[in-house]
Formats: sequence, C-alpha cells, structure tokens
Amino acid sequence: MNPLIEFQQVCKYYPMGDSTVVAADHITFQIFQGEFVAIVGSSGSGKSTCMNIIGCLDVPSEGTYLLNGQDVGQMNKNQLAEVRNRFLGFIFQQYNLLPKLNLVENVEIPLMYAGVSKKERRERARKALEDVGLGDKWRHRPMELSGGQQQRVSIARALVGHPAVILADEPTGALDSRTGREVLGMLQDLHSQGHTVVLITHDNSIAVQAQRIIRLEDGQVIYDGPSDAPGAVVSPQIMGAERRARP
Amino acid sequence: MKLTESLQLALKNIVSSKVRTLLTMLGIIIGVAAVIVIVGLGNGLETYVTDSFASMGTNTLTVSVMSRGSTRSLDAEDMYEIVAENNQFLDLCSPTVPMMGYVKIGSETVSTTSSTGVSEDYLEIAGMTVASGRGLQYSDMITRSKVCVIGAYLNQAYFGGNGVGQTLRVGGQSLEVVGVLAQKGDTLEEGGSDDCLYLPYTTAERISGAASSYTVTMRDENYIDESIASLEASLYKIFASDDYYTVTSMAEMLETMTSMINILVGVLAGIAAISLVVGGIGIMNIMLVSVTERTREIGVRKSLGAKERYIMQQFVIEAATTSALGGIIGILIGDGLSAVATAVISQISEEALTVTPTLGAVLLAFGISVGIGILFGYLPAKKAARLNPIDALHYD
Repeated sequence: MNPLIEFQQVCKYYPMGDSTVVAADHITFQIFQGEFVAIVGSSGSGKSTCMNIIGCLDVPSEGTYLLNGQDVGQMNKNQLAEVRNRFLGFIFQQYNLLPKLNLVENVEIPLMYAGVSKKERRERARKALEDVGLGDKWRHRPMELSGGQQQRVSIARALVGHPAVILADEPTGALDSRTGREVLGMLQDLHSQGHTVVLITHDNSIAVQAQRIIRLEDGQVIYDGPSDAPGAVVSPQIMGAERRARP
Repeated sequence: MKLTESLQLALKNIVSSKVRTLLTMLGIIIGVAAVIVIVGLGNGLETYVTDSFASMGTNTLTVSVMSRGSTRSLDAEDMYEIVAENNQFLDLCSPTVPMMGYVKIGSETVSTTSSTGVSEDYLEIAGMTVASGRGLQYSDMITRSKVCVIGAYLNQAYFGGNGVGQTLRVGGQSLEVVGVLAQKGDTLEEGGSDDCLYLPYTTAERISGAASSYTVTMRDENYIDESIASLEASLYKIFASDDYYTVTSMAEMLETMTSMINILVGVLAGIAAISLVVGGIGIMNIMLVSVTERTREIGVRKSLGAKERYIMQQFVIEAATTSALGGIIGILIGDGLSAVATAVISQISEEALTVTPTLGAVLLAFGISVGIGILFGYLPAKKAARLNPIDALHYD
C-alpha cells in the first residue's frame, strides 16, 4: 500500500534578517490511510511548519512531499488550493468559523469552492452538522454557540468534502478539559470510521490519544512510533540526548 | 463558484454593515445624482431654446440693413424684388419695423408690449394664427391702414377678451384692433410671447422711420447656405459692399446656441464627474480597510480551497455592487432632484423649463459607477487574493 502522506528529507528554511532559520531539517516519515497520528513538539520544534506543509499551505524548501502520490512541491498556487479543497479537512485551534455566516453556510464553504451545486451542498452541509449533533442549530451564527459546539461545527466543515486527511491543529487548545476530551473523542471516532487523522499538538496528554506519535525537536524527528511505547512520552530532551549519542 | 454566488456573498456583506456601505457609496450617489440633474438641465435648456426658436421658425433668415446715411439704400420694395429674383430659394418676406412708443389703451400705458410693423405674410412666417377677427392684409399695406392685430395677453388683460373693434394708441397713432392672435405660450403673461401687437409696416414706417430689418423664409431648410448666398449676392449688387447688411439664419443661431449649451453642460457634468472619481477612491479606501479586517476570513477561505481568482472575484464584485448600488440610489435621487428643479424653476422664472434626465445619461451614470467599482475595487481585491494563507490564518 502506498503511503497517503510521504515526507522525503523535507527541509524548510526561513530567511531571518541575514541568517536563515531551519524550521524543518530533513524530515522523513510516512502516514498511511486510516492512521491516527499525533505530531508533537514544543514551540519552535517545527511542528507548525510540518502542519503547513502537510496542509499544502506551504511547500518544502528542499526534499519532497507526496500527498496521495502527487508531488506537492511542484504545484502552483491554484493547484495547491485545489488539493486543499479536495484532500484536506482543517480543524483549527481558534475554530476559524466566519462570524457573519450561519452554521450551514460555514460548513458548505469547501463545497462551494469545489463547485458543488447550491442544493446539493446545502443537503450535505446539513447532514454534516447532524453528524456532529448540531443539525437543529444550522441557522445559528457561530457566536451564539459554546466553544465546544463551534469546534464541532469546524469538524463538520472539515468532513463535508470527504477529504483524505483530517488535519487538526491544536484542536483542544481553546477548550476546557471536558469539552477538549469530547473533541478528542470525536477525532477517535473519525479514526475508527476509517478516516486518516493528523493531530498537531504540544501536549503529550493529548498526543497519547493518537495511535502513533511523531515527535519533533529543532526541526528533526526524534521519535516516530506507537503512542503506547515506553519512549513515546519520555521527556524529549532525554530522548534527544540518547538518540544523538548513538549516531 | 458562480458569479451569482459571489453577488449573494457581496450583498450579504453589504447588508451586514449598512452605515459603512452608505457612507462608502455617498461619493458615488452625489456624483451620479449631480451628473443626472446637470445633463437633465442641459436637455431641458436645449428643448426650451429649440422650442422658442421653432416658434419663430427655423426656416427664416433675418436681413439687417445698416447705415441709412449711405446713398445706396434699400427699401421694402427692393427687398420684395430681391426675394422674387431668388424665388428658387426664398419664399415669403416681411419687413419688421420695431415701434419705439408704448401702447396706450384708454388712459393706461402698457410698457411691456412689443409692437412691430410687419407685412401681411408675417403671421404665416412666425407661425401665428388669428383667433378672432382678421389678420393683416395686402390692402392694409397699400392704404397704410390704421389697424393692428394684438396678442392674446393684451386682449385678455385689457379688453376682457373682446378686443376686436376696439381702439388703442401706439406712438401717438390711434389704431383699430381688427384681429386677436391665438395664444402661443403656455400661460398668458406680461412681457411674454402673447404680449404683442402687429400693425402694417407702411403705417409703422410713418411713425418710426423706414424698415431696416427683414424676415425672409426659405423654401427648403436643407439649402440654408445656398439661400443665404443668393440673398447676399443680390444685396451686394445694391450696396456694392458687404459692410451695410447682415444675413442671419435662425437655424444657424439655434445651432450655435445648442452647441454652446452642450459645451456648458459638458463642462458642468465633467465637474460633477470628479465626484464620481472621488467616490471611487472612497470605495477603494474602504475596500482596503475591509481586506485588512477580513484577513483572517481570507486565510480561512484559502485554507478551505479558495483559489486566488475566487477571492479576487469576491472583493471586486463587492466593490462593484457597492458602487452600482450607489449608482442606483444616485439615479433615483437625481430623478427626484430633477423633478424638484423643474418645479423650482417654474416657480422662480415662470418659464416652462423641464429638467428631463435622459435614459442615455441614466445608463451612462450606472455604467460608470459599476466601472468605477471594478476599477477601484481591483487593487484591494488583488491585495486580498495575494495574501499568504499562513499569515492570514494567524492574523489578529
């Protein structure tokens, strides 16, 4: 089986004044269809860069990123927009719902850009809202909802286009622990339904909910394995030190 | 994503911030309304001038003879001969002798009435008809009859509608009213086109001196230049110089007047159109602010798969819709103001000048306002479309 997401020696450099910041340093991993992967790291570890590249919001400076076998690095802006639309469902920390639109209008945005007819996308958006338990609130504005409910709307929006990958960027970051657990539960449900979920977080206790953990530090992968393995949540400094000690 | 959907999105955004949109549109509203009123005013003015010329007859030529001191002279007989000579171009002829004295009716002096000595053909030349009594006749000219026809105003105001058979005095000469003219103007008013009096030119010449100007009609208005040339050639033969006479054509005067009005209206409309440009800049300014405010929205839309051209389309259409809406409001206000202006003008000047906005001006104003929206919406839209989605998503 071909991997859905494949990073081959991906590097990302940002010019910062005279010097260059290395945000991703030869990162290589593969994610297969149906996996639930958490990409973990502290701030500055390169996880945001990773998420931007996986999400096709950015392209690697060096190396190759294959999404479903396609080389994203070679694409132009329009092609990237199309890939985001068709293959990726985003869930953001701040939900990023559009405040002037009601829930169903928010959820149908990806379908609008995919060129789905108005009638069909209304139906699909209503269905997606029902799936996250907000079917009766479709006329409401996002601001009339609690944080947890808003995040559920954004999950509905991520799912409505049947994307290949659900990309969740700190999805519980703005929520209290109880609603955070609820949202994580939903991600686990999605995984058990066969969706591929990539979770980006700095929080180990969240990361362990995933099936597999990729831990980043200073732009490098320092752990890639099952979340229940002994090394998965060990302090990254120790892990890093150990790994670097044995080249 | 279809255009109609972009339009719906744009309308939604416009409706959600009414006050701001209204202020944004204000420049366009004022500009469009001003252009429509000014063009309408110009149209009204042109119609008014054309109508007043038409009532005098655009197929008439006016011959003025100067310098009576010259040995070479021209009297009414000569003029009739000239017209007869050139009868392939010229038709009717009437001397016009303006009377200096006031009209006196009983003990009252009427200072506003214009009294003119004319021939029996003049009423036809000027397109006037007799309402009661008779017009001037050839026999009146030969016998220097002491008769006159009067306008509807004099008849109504001084003779209670029964002027025929009454007498009045002009420049000391007692005249019998033999006819009353049909009403010409919309209203009977002092000094208006119905406040007039015509007497035989032969009678008038005895009081005011020989005729120095003549009104001649052309057979065909399409041969203005030829008619003038033949008339001038004959006059030149008599005077042996072109310093002593002038020939003016009503049609040419009308043309000159009309082109002057058009230039005036063009300049005024141009000044009003500056407001449209200012309005466009206002729209651009607000759209730029709007792009900054909605940076996050743009980021979200991009992350969900919006291509640059969709973002671009959304903002351009929003600007164009705002501007077009301003245009429509401006057109309505302009039409309203035109009606008000018509009412005010008729109140102040008692002249019937109708401010009529043309369909062309309305369509042009609408087109220009949409165009301005697109033109000035382009830059902000480009800025929005070019935003980097990552930066846009993290913008606060």
